[in-house]
Amino acid sequence: MIREMLLVLPVLVPLAAAILSVPGSLVLQRRAAMVGLTGHLVASMLLLAVAARGEVFAVQLAAWPAPFGITFVADTFSGLLLASMSLITWLVLLHSTASIPERLQRLTFFPLAMVLLAGVSGALLTGDLFNLYVWFEVLLMASFILLTLGAERPQLEGGLKYVALNLIASAFFLTGVGLLYGSTGTLNLADLSRRTSELPLSFPRIAAVLFLLLSFGIKAAVFPLFGWLPASYHTPPAAIAALFSALLTKVGVYSMIRVGTLLLPQPPEALTNALLGVAGLTMVTGVLGAVAQTEMKRLLSFHIVSQIGYLVLGFALYSVAGLTGAIYFFVHVSVAKAVLFLVAGELERQYRTTDLTELGGSYRTSPTLAAACFVGAMGLAGLPPLSGFFAKLQLVVATLEREAFFSLVAALLVSMLTLFSMCKIWAEAFWKAPTSARVAAEDWPPAMRFATVGLALLTLLLGTFAEPLMTLAQQAAEQLLDRQAYLQAVLGGP
Amino acid sequence: MRSLILLTASRLLFPLLLLFSVFLLLRGHNAPGGGFVGGLVAAAALALHALAHGISATRSVVAVAPLNFVALGLGCALGSGLVGWFWQQPYLTGLWTSLPLLGKVGTPLLFDLGVYLLVIGMVAHVLFLLWEE
Repeated sequence: MIREMLLVLPVLVPLAAAILSVPGSLVLQRRAAMVGLTGHLVASMLLLAVAARGEVFAVQLAAWPAPFGITFVADTFSGLLLASMSLITWLVLLHSTASIPERLQRLTFFPLAMVLLAGVSGALLTGDLFNLYVWFEVLLMASFILLTLGAERPQLEGGLKYVALNLIASAFFLTGVGLLYGSTGTLNLADLSRRTSELPLSFPRIAAVLFLLLSFGIKAAVFPLFGWLPASYHTPPAAIAALFSALLTKVGVYSMIRVGTLLLPQPPEALTNALLGVAGLTMVTGVLGAVAQTEMKRLLSFHIVSQIGYLVLGFALYSVAGLTGAIYFFVHVSVAKAVLFLVAGELERQYRTTDLTELGGSYRTSPTLAAACFVGAMGLAGLPPLSGFFAKLQLVVATLEREAFFSLVAALLVSMLTLFSMCKIWAEAFWKAPTSARVAAEDWPPAMRFATVGLALLTLLLGTFAEPLMTLAQQAAEQLLDRQAYLQAVLGGP
Repeated sequence: MRSLILLTASRLLFPLLLLFSVFLLLRGHNAPGGGFVGGLVAAAALALHALAHGISATRSVVAVAPLNFVALGLGCALGSGLVGWFWQQPYLTGLWTSLPLLGKVGTPLLFDLGVYLLVIGMVAHVLFLLWEE
């Protein structure tokens, strides 16, 4: 019973916090959000603690039996992502209480962030394809508003592209869902997996899977469908961009991996090759875009795209080693990217700009910020004692196992360029002689300081405790490829 | 511009439409109807009232900000699922009981009531905002 409650709490708690605080004052909304987030964090940590023992557990909502009702299910993969996203969201929202102007906070920022978190949690936990679509809509609705909060001109311009492409993705999603339902008569993921694993690949099923992958691809921002991301992510305040980079694109890749592994037990060679190509091109184009930028938030947005390539690479390899790498990478990149966005937020507060050419000399004035930025940047680039190194090492080992040499070269090359680009950020913003004066006189607000330093420490910890996390990631990857535990938890029986 | 025909009609139709919306809400469990349609009819009643009497009169009829209806409705729907937990049932499980006078009532009705309130609140919110632009 406790487990059945645990499975729905990550959706209910933030939603309740949003509902109860919407009619209230800003102070109430802020407090309700922090309380709701703490509840969410506790629930998802407990969920992870159960899942980490290797159990897959499910609840049939409204007590309708499995293929007919909606199932919520958690395994190590979803537990790990949920817990890490919850922790990051907690810190980022703490940051936003100080970094986002009160004028914007009043536009129901906190309830919207709670709805976004509820949508993401629902997408991670649901075991039903149509329900997944619904959660995507919930989180997209919230993100549309968060992205254009304040309605500045560039925000609306970016928001328009974001909305348009995501609506197209949703249409593809629905088409895929319709084709699957028409050809199999079920939308429960476990039921789909069990039924289709015995059948040969037929035309509607291939088309359906392609539509679904295409839709998740747009939402995850892979090559060549990533245009909306760098066009929009740099426009809202840095804390919102940090939130988006930790939650939104990651849910796209999560769905790709979840649905892909369940619906295609043995993917056709052509598809995995195509995915490998897409992954490589995403990595390369993303990082090349980043190298050309001098505006920090824009640069980081391109890096999100490039890092998504690594995640897709791990999925495309379709092996335990590859998925292990991808899952570890998930946690690592969400944390490291959040650090960098929050650093950008502080620079923006100090200088009213995040253009690297106009920044400089912050190494002297804000040493803690410089250290946090260094840890985040080098973690993302993958220097040895930090988390990125282990993530990339695991992926490289996995590509070698499968003898995917082009992907190997791409991964290593992109890694070098990432290091270059990260050095550029650090050298330009912190090291070079100051070019303009600080605007903000007051000190770094404690909430922002705590969140930024906390996330940087988390990056360090992920590197130090890489071994237990990697074991957990491997367990998750084995569950994903084995499928039996998942099917049994949802459908019962052997 | 005030129209006598519209004013008279709305005086008659406004309570009738509201009553009809509740009727739709209640019959919705087994027959066509339900919270969504009921909410739309109730919101249509508000729109008619606004056409006849002006938007500020309608605002005072509604009395509270429409967004509160949305929060209350979502709260009802979310809370209706929690009831099952006290009987060791999964979230959202439908539980029924018989009350004197009212007959059979249960958590799905509470959920539908939540949808009803949410739809009224949402449509009224959009309506008021657009009207006042």
